[in-house]
Amino acid sequence: MQPCFQQDNRRSFLKKSTSLVALYLTPSVFVKAFAVDTIVPMPIPKEKLTITINGKLLNLEIDARTTLLNLLREDLAFTGTKKGCEMGQCGACTIHINGKRTKSCIQLALNNQNNKITTIEGLSDGEKLHPMQAAFLKNDAFQCGYCTSGQIMSAVACVREGNAKSRASIQAYMDTNICRCGAYQNIVDAIVEVAKTGAKI
Amino acid sequence: MKSYNNTILWEDERVDGADKVNGKAKYAAEHNLPNMAYAVFVTSTIAKGSIKNLDTTKALSMPGVLDVIYYANCPSVPGYISNAAERPKNVIEWRGHKVLYDNKVRFFGQPIALVVADSFENANAAVRFVKAEYELEKFETNFDKARLDVTNLKPTSNYKRGTEKKFKEAFAFVESEFNIPIEVHNAMELFATIAYWETEDKVTLYDKTQGPKSTQFTVSRTFGISDKNVRVIAENVGGAFGSALRSWANVPAACIAAKKLNRPVKLVLTRPQMFSLVGYRPQSWQKVGIGADAAGNFIGISHEAISNTSRYEDFREGIVDVSKFLYACENVDTKYNLLPLDLSTPIWMRGPGEATGCFALESAIDELSYKLKMDPIELRLKNFTTINPENKMPFSDINLKDCYAYGKNQIGWKNRPTVPGTLKENGWLIGYGMSVGVFGAGKGSASVRIVLSNDGKIVLECAVSDMGPGTTTSMTMIAAGALQMPIQKIKFKLGDSDLPPGPSQGGSGTTSTVGSAVDLACKTLQQKLKELAIKSAPLFAGMNADALEVKNEMVISKLDANAKIDIVGLLKLANQDKIDLTITSNGKTAAQLKFTSNSFSAHFVKLGVHPKDGTVKILQVVTTGDAGKIISPKTARSQMLGGVVGGIGMALSEKLEIDHRSGQIMNASFGAYHVPTHLQIPPTDIWFVNKPDPNINDIGAKGIGEIALIGFAAAVTNAVYNATGKRVRDLPITPEKLGYKSKQS
Repeated sequence: MQPCFQQDNRRSFLKKSTSLVALYLTPSVFVKAFAVDTIVPMPIPKEKLTITINGKLLNLEIDARTTLLNLLREDLAFTGTKKGCEMGQCGACTIHINGKRTKSCIQLALNNQNNKITTIEGLSDGEKLHPMQAAFLKNDAFQCGYCTSGQIMSAVACVREGNAKSRASIQAYMDTNICRCGAYQNIVDAIVEVAKTGAKI
Repeated sequence: MKSYNNTILWEDERVDGADKVNGKAKYAAEHNLPNMAYAVFVTSTIAKGSIKNLDTTKALSMPGVLDVIYYANCPSVPGYISNAAERPKNVIEWRGHKVLYDNKVRFFGQPIALVVADSFENANAAVRFVKAEYELEKFETNFDKARLDVTNLKPTSNYKRGTEKKFKEAFAFVESEFNIPIEVHNAMELFATIAYWETEDKVTLYDKTQGPKSTQFTVSRTFGISDKNVRVIAENVGGAFGSALRSWANVPAACIAAKKLNRPVKLVLTRPQMFSLVGYRPQSWQKVGIGADAAGNFIGISHEAISNTSRYEDFREGIVDVSKFLYACENVDTKYNLLPLDLSTPIWMRGPGEATGCFALESAIDELSYKLKMDPIELRLKNFTTINPENKMPFSDINLKDCYAYGKNQIGWKNRPTVPGTLKENGWLIGYGMSVGVFGAGKGSASVRIVLSNDGKIVLECAVSDMGPGTTTSMTMIAAGALQMPIQKIKFKLGDSDLPPGPSQGGSGTTSTVGSAVDLACKTLQQKLKELAIKSAPLFAGMNADALEVKNEMVISKLDANAKIDIVGLLKLANQDKIDLTITSNGKTAAQLKFTSNSFSAHFVKLGVHPKDGTVKILQVVTTGDAGKIISPKTARSQMLGGVVGGIGMALSEKLEIDHRSGQIMNASFGAYHVPTHLQIPPTDIWFVNKPDPNINDIGAKGIGEIALIGFAAAVTNAVYNATGKRVRDLPITPEKLGYKSKQS
């Protein structure tokens, strides 16, 4: 479902807002010092970041304050990685950095120079689902689907790191990922199923 | 692959599931529009008062900041006009807190300004530079204290049949008080709205809502524009549990900002804001009295409740209603009062008032069973009724007895100690408990469009939403069953207000309401195909439509199975590229209205309480549902599992903490407000009676979203009593309430 933007409308819309656009495109060269506040607003220079996302090498210029999560979602349209709390408490933003599961909401993007990132979009092989994705689908290991990307990224790491030996060890490893719909039992079922195959995932 | 109606093969996975496991499914905040700006709320740091001065100059000078919108510079919103005479005719006054409208503060954390910038980082950085000076007013957020002064209470309706407080005359009776704290929905997806004004009076919204039509109506009536000029898109909703049944501050704020700046604006709430801006289960106090004769027949039930609302809006729910009709009892009286506090407005949270009410009623029945020295299941069976004692109408169907039988057997009820605190396993005190849940089963009106194209594919459309239960899947299955064709050829579209009107997803009504419309649409299409076959195919010339049937993608003669034409061929023959119909299915028929309809559940819990520290560990759960025919077994099971998990949170950990000196919420994060996580989840068995209810609708299905949770918390407290002899009437159950010292102290 696409938004109802007609080409003509967009053009007239842009015309109307020209002045605003001009304003917002102006580089913020003004440094204003404030007498009271300890934090002084500074112009925000763009920083260079070289990063590999889902196998693709990217040379980016980014806002130094951008979290890895916001870089993925807002700048690069990898919206499969979800924002649930921005405090590292819910696990919805779980991705793999150099193969290690990490919560991307509490990672500055700039701290990831030359890192290799895998998101949920990079897990499947084109249209073919990754075995963990297929197991989640088969076991109905989700309802609304919002925590699912994070659960799957954690689940893959759970098996890879050898923590899927028992239901209890899976539950302990997966305790970092909240599912408010309550699909927990099915999530563990999915992981057990993948782990049982013994396949390298 | 599985067979369906013996003829059809389909995969039983969610039809939209692949997009959810590969990250393609898009939620409200995940649409990035050209030239989009980012908005972040600045929220109040007092609970009540007014803003003397709001300094935005520093924030405005921050890089990338486009505007700081607040009461002094907010464009006029027609729906904000309080005086009805001054409001345009097509405008309805905004219900609740009018965000960015005036300098009043009504609760801690209320939005007082909206920073809009060219990036999320720039907006976020500027928020701290908006400085407010307040005039503080006296406020009250303490429910436990405020409810003791009756002058604070707002009465709602009371109810009585027979004699009031009759239970006190019974052979055995109990009278107990129950407390449930504020619980917060906390769906994983943050509330978000993206608004874009295409013209002065035409807006598109990507919004997290349980009702695209409801949001469309709210926006059109607030901004004084026509419905057709408001489009609300919510293709995927990342959970909501009732919180998205109305539009909150994010909707008008995004619309206002997008209009003022004349560019798309994205507004996403933060997790802490999810605790104060989008509703919650209200705090409640209840008193239930129940008495029975020596044989266990209920003589009287009295049920009183108080629940909180905000100071600026009344919110009430069906807390005391369950006591009026779930059991046979001649003397019942209920009272329900609201207590306005200086907090934001509550809203229905899964199982809503019935979950609150069933906790008290089902706990009281358990207490009574010990007084009577009777098995609690026997006591419930003793007072079982097939006639609703409140309205005297028969239940359309009730199979609770089957639920009891299954649950009792699966949980191992025979091992339940009749004397509490006498069973130990592996050093843990073991207890068994059970409880019942009930919720109304309705059927409303909905419209569905069905299109058969000349490639043989079917598309159905309805402006309902799917916040997780699997509506897309169950509707597709209903269509596959009605049309008797493969599910892969059917697509059900929802989540867009441009589609034919459907209900908001809530109150366990979607399957019955929209499912009935889907069923009707399919049957209407079949009728059209038969008529077309008679008109266009020489084979069927002159035949009566009743002599034909449509299945396996063919029109077939009932008399001669060889006389058939495939539907694609038929369209070609008739020179039609599609059949396109929109039907409306209405509420219950006169025949269905002769019954009263409910879904029922019975929960069974086995748990352990550690004798050293009072830790409660749920060891096993059996939850049974009586909700007519189960359309989609896999997703229905998941929905019930989810209700159990929600119930575990309600029973063991969820409680909003407020500092009553400031009115501030103290635990507005997942780190401090504890929802159940993987480690708390016991092996859970879900079972459905799965028998079509013949008197609710044509498809025989009723809702399960609420009954999945309703009653569960009482099954836990009842089991804790069985394990320890300690009755916990204040949720959540913590070791302190079992007489153990807090680990911190």
